[in-house]
Amino acid sequence: MGNTAQGYKGSDDYIASRPLMEIVNVSIVLGKPLVIKGEPGTGKTLLAHSIAGALNKKLITWNIKSTTKAKDGLYVYDTVQRLNDARFKDKDISDIRKYIKLGKLGQAFISEEKLVLLIDEIDKADIEFPNDLLNELDEMSFHIPELDEEIIAKHRPILIITSNSEKELPDAFLRRCIFHYIEFPDEEMMEKIIKVHFPDLETKLMREAIKRFYWIREVEGLRKKPSTSELLDWIKALTLGGISVDKISSEIPFLGTLLKNEVDTERFVKVSSGHGTFGFKRRY
Amino acid sequence: MFTNFFFTLRSKGVPVSITEWVAFIEALYNGFFQSSINHLYYIGRAFLVKSEAYYDMFDEAFQEYFGGIKTEGVELDKVLQWLENPLHGLPKMTPEELAEFQKKLEDFKKEHNIDELMRQFRERLKEQKERHDGGGKWIGTGGTSPFGAYGYHPGGIRVGGESWMQSAIKVADERRYRNYRNDIILDVRQTKMALKKLRELKREGAQEELDIDETIDKTAKQGGEIELVFNRSRENTVRIILLMDTGGSMLPYSDLCERLFSAASQMEHFKEFKYFFFHNCIYQDIYEDIANYKRIPTEKLFSNFHKGYKVVIVGDARMAYSELFDVNGCIDYFYTNDKSSIEWLLKIREHFPHSVWLNPTHKNFWGHYTVDSIGKIFPMFELTIDGLKDAIKSLTARARRPVQN
Repeated sequence: MGNTAQGYKGSDDYIASRPLMEIVNVSIVLGKPLVIKGEPGTGKTLLAHSIAGALNKKLITWNIKSTTKAKDGLYVYDTVQRLNDARFKDKDISDIRKYIKLGKLGQAFISEEKLVLLIDEIDKADIEFPNDLLNELDEMSFHIPELDEEIIAKHRPILIITSNSEKELPDAFLRRCIFHYIEFPDEEMMEKIIKVHFPDLETKLMREAIKRFYWIREVEGLRKKPSTSELLDWIKALTLGGISVDKISSEIPFLGTLLKNEVDTERFVKVSSGHGTFGFKRRY
Repeated sequence: MFTNFFFTLRSKGVPVSITEWVAFIEALYNGFFQSSINHLYYIGRAFLVKSEAYYDMFDEAFQEYFGGIKTEGVELDKVLQWLENPLHGLPKMTPEELAEFQKKLEDFKKEHNIDELMRQFRERLKEQKERHDGGGKWIGTGGTSPFGAYGYHPGGIRVGGESWMQSAIKVADERRYRNYRNDIILDVRQTKMALKKLRELKREGAQEELDIDETIDKTAKQGGEIELVFNRSRENTVRIILLMDTGGSMLPYSDLCERLFSAASQMEHFKEFKYFFFHNCIYQDIYEDIANYKRIPTEKLFSNFHKGYKVVIVGDARMAYSELFDVNGCIDYFYTNDKSSIEWLLKIREHFPHSVWLNPTHKNFWGHYTVDSIGKIFPMFELTIDGLKDAIKSLTARARRPVQN
């Protein structure tokens, strides 16, 4: 491609794997939405922030909730306000434009510059939600019947969509996107990530903590495996508490920061106090 | 180009559509892949595969189609070249020498930590710029450095025919996405996802949604005096009864059933979720606890719950012929039943037209007379993600009369 050289290459505070970088660049060049899936804490949302930062673009975030409707992202016609204003003579209600407010998608479309639009946790909404946006994302335009106006994107925004896979996304929607599943980082990647957050951390402590962390993740039958953010919290607690390296290898202090579920803690204690390598896989 | 890869993908079960394929080919012609197999793998996958559940099948197809091509990893291909064709053949060793090596190996393991070794290997990889043969430090052939091929360092790291770092063929070969396959595992999260499809939206609960049409209508009728009309918002009205077998033959599947159970009980969007247990088969009593102490009469199912409830029965449906068909056939010695189990099952099916049976055993093992008989009363599905989806489809479809003969 050649021009990836000036494309996205990760940023100071975000470590992206090489395939991910390439995929981000391809999606930017082709103007296709990029769907990012992965375990919680693998940095899906941060990716959009990092892209915006690295390419020096503005970021618009549309956080999706269970009640979000596709239309909310385009525009909202505040009928009740207008109706209410109509009762009093002091306000001019003849201009319908005052009551039409563009949503996040609409704002991104009318922007004068190319920007990054993050649709965060799209799977939180109703199953049909992504399908309702198909046409708008495809054509990068939508129609406001109240004004009989067409809102057309001046610049195709760089569109990043994250999903926690709570619901599966519709096929028709996915067909138009580029998809990447962020794997849980391996130990080396994790080392890099931690170094970004704790540049002064002692290497020995970090490696021991990482080793323990992956060991806990391998315990079978955990309801919720600890993720990157939990590891970072844990390391923070370890450094603040001044825990020595030996102590981490012999016991696990502040287990509560890693396992937040009573059943998991019990399960873990049972396995780790138990009979050797019975409950979990060996790593090497 | 690569058209056969498309068919390989399809034949491995990756649902690639023409749209996606065309987008992929376009990207290919636009030169996005830098003629590199790594690019082809990662970016190709981003274009063609839209769920991690199919990553494994993609790997299989990729392996089959491109597997024969030599990898050219970013730096490692060079390393591999250095390691090819050792300059001189392997020196012959006597058994004594070998034994000595064995000893050295043990010593080495005592002294060195595998983690540390791997780390050194990577560091050295960064420093090294050229081919090495012989010598004790660099990665090369025939030497005594811990790293390299065809060399003699006890317990060192061998760099084999393939690289381990990001190389596409290798990743595909590892098939590390095997665990994401839909047809194999059933974890709590996936189960919850599947269960979310189980819903019936009805307007219920508090009136908090503004009904604009109605509001305008009313307001107009009152000559402009605003009258706000609210409506009930739509809610899921699904009510579920889960009946689980706790019999001995279910023991191997207890983990699986537990996952289904915890997923179902964590679901917040069911209107109601009731669960009961039974032992091997259902007679006049069912139990509120797994240990089968708190018994309640099965009749209560019919009196307490109306036919709108959806019933999911989980069990292997395998038992002795008498347990299902005979009066007093229950396996418990102290338990007598004056109605055979099959009668109870028919009654349940009759009262709850929306009911399914989930069987944790594989379909291939269903050829058993009690399984067959129960399968004729309840639609039976495997307890896998795909089976669960089908079961949910059947639960939400219009009730059909049970097939009987």
